[in-house]
Amino acid sequence: MSTATPPEIKADSPASPQALASLSRGPARRRGRRSLGGSLASHGILIVASLIALFPIAWLVFLSLGPDKDDYLHPGGIWDKMTFDNYSFVLQHTSFFDWMKSSLIVSLGTTVVGVMVAATTGYAVSRMRFPGYKKFMWVLLVTQMFPIAVLIVPMYQILSDLQLIDSYLGLILVYCSTAVPYSAWLLKGYFDTIPFEIDEAGRVDGLTPFGTFVRLILPLAKPGLAVAAFYNFITAFGEVAFASTFMLDDSKYTFAVGLQSFISEHDAQRNLMAATAVLVAIPVSAFFYLVQKNLVTGLTAGGTKG
Amino acid sequence: MTVAIDRATGKRRGDRAPRPGRLQRLKHSYQKYWYAYAMIAPVVVVLGGLVLYPLVRGFYLTFTDANSLNSARTIGVNHIDATYKFIGLDNYKDILWGPTSYDRFWSHFIWTIVWTALCVALHYCIGLGLALLLNQKLRGRTFYRLILVLPWAVPTFVTVFGWRFMLADGGIINSMLDAVHLPSPLWLEDTFWQRFAAIMVNTWCGVPFMMVSLLGGLQSIDATLYEAAEMDGANAWQQFRYVTLPGLRSVSSTVVLLGIIWTFNQFAVIFLLFGNTAPDAQILVTWAYYLGFGQQPRDFAQSAAYGMLLLAILIVFTSFYRRWLNRNEQQLAI
Repeated sequence: MSTATPPEIKADSPASPQALASLSRGPARRRGRRSLGGSLASHGILIVASLIALFPIAWLVFLSLGPDKDDYLHPGGIWDKMTFDNYSFVLQHTSFFDWMKSSLIVSLGTTVVGVMVAATTGYAVSRMRFPGYKKFMWVLLVTQMFPIAVLIVPMYQILSDLQLIDSYLGLILVYCSTAVPYSAWLLKGYFDTIPFEIDEAGRVDGLTPFGTFVRLILPLAKPGLAVAAFYNFITAFGEVAFASTFMLDDSKYTFAVGLQSFISEHDAQRNLMAATAVLVAIPVSAFFYLVQKNLVTGLTAGGTKG
Repeated sequence: MTVAIDRATGKRRGDRAPRPGRLQRLKHSYQKYWYAYAMIAPVVVVLGGLVLYPLVRGFYLTFTDANSLNSARTIGVNHIDATYKFIGLDNYKDILWGPTSYDRFWSHFIWTIVWTALCVALHYCIGLGLALLLNQKLRGRTFYRLILVLPWAVPTFVTVFGWRFMLADGGIINSMLDAVHLPSPLWLEDTFWQRFAAIMVNTWCGVPFMMVSLLGGLQSIDATLYEAAEMDGANAWQQFRYVTLPGLRSVSSTVVLLGIIWTFNQFAVIFLLFGNTAPDAQILVTWAYYLGFGQQPRDFAQSAAYGMLLLAILIVFTSFYRRWLNRNEQQLAI
């Protein structure tokens, strides 16, 4: 496995001198200066792209203000009768807070278990080489890419045997099957960035490997732990397949399931659904924006470092 | 063999003395590595219980004719024991070359490949384009970046419903197409347009991740390389071709692999966009889910067999991808 080699990832030389030398000489132009046209075009493309990125969400917000469930068909009418009725209805008369409770219990449970279980492993695979290392890393990589279809049927049967269908614990366990290997990878990437000299200093001062980990590395790795935690939280929060299959009771739905329940075969309360969607989206995206920079560096740590 | 120094213990390995006897080796390796094994033990236990055991059990199920009518179940106070039986490789045979296997497996297989290839290509190209634009000195680029990340920030299960409202018959997209006298397709009913809509929505959801990762990659390219290129008279295209693209290689190979795996496994977009109404637009993952949970009686055995086939495809693909990278002397960043 490529990542099995210690973290000093070879920076591939971005441009060979020969390739550059053979280039034809163009007219001299100062770096970073662009023509007005180029700059306008950049702005134009970015504005169009931003509108495309924004529109479906803005549209959802707009529809959530229309009081009638068929307003999405003639949106022009919404301007005249805009109201927050949908929101107050959702908060007062639906299971919104039950769903919120389930979502939070399941996501936070997954987060805590995932990070706690994975922390020592991330450290071990970052610093130690042991027989079976490559195979272990391969297992970690492969488990992350399991399609839900692989585990969903046997999980369903096992959870039925254990009477864990429709329980938070069951869903947390299922989520941990992906959260744990993923966190281990993410944390390995972070531990790799902590200088090895710190471990060596600890060892010289007579700490055991466990002592080094607990006393020296763990306090330094707080940002990495936080990123792994955020990622687990966001993944568990947005998971659809397992939650839709394993949670049967209306009051135990997570948001991902609850939102679907607005549209049944007989009735589609699209206005309420839109309002709920907006209520869910606001805190989650705010949270996401707070951490997204770290998220990406965590995901592609080795790559951007090279 | 290379000599690697164990960073936690300072011991060297690789240049070993002649191998001692087996028992001694075991004892020696236990003394040397016990803390490493102790530290990975929690994950090994969790993976064994939550992944390996279900995997083995699922694998066994694929050799049976289990469905929801003959599996063990509890109705009220009555417990009914499982009555499914072992049928060997019949499930795989049936899926791969049984009657109507084209409709049940191969058509979904082809569509899954097309879906993955198109989506990842679109993600990558659009993401790279936007990243290049954002990497310039441009007024308001932080603002653009914040807005462009939005599709990633809002949970997929929320945004897909937004798209569903827009794509519905009589929704905003068709109204706008009508207004400019273009044909307004039945996005959520006609097979071709269902597939088109699925790719469109997934592209919309997936571009921000590519954009942000590639932007990170662009920013880590040493600016002096561009200066050198400019000194040598490279024009913008040549700079892109000989500095930017090679500089992005390791990030690209990682995000493309992640993108392929995620898109291949993408469940939420198609499931939430169509539910069970679009049998022809289902990729293998959602189709396996449909077999196991979307129909009555639930066909657990076939669904599990699809799962195993999917896993096999992914593992084979990843190994080839890694081998291909190694041949080109590249490292995977994850």
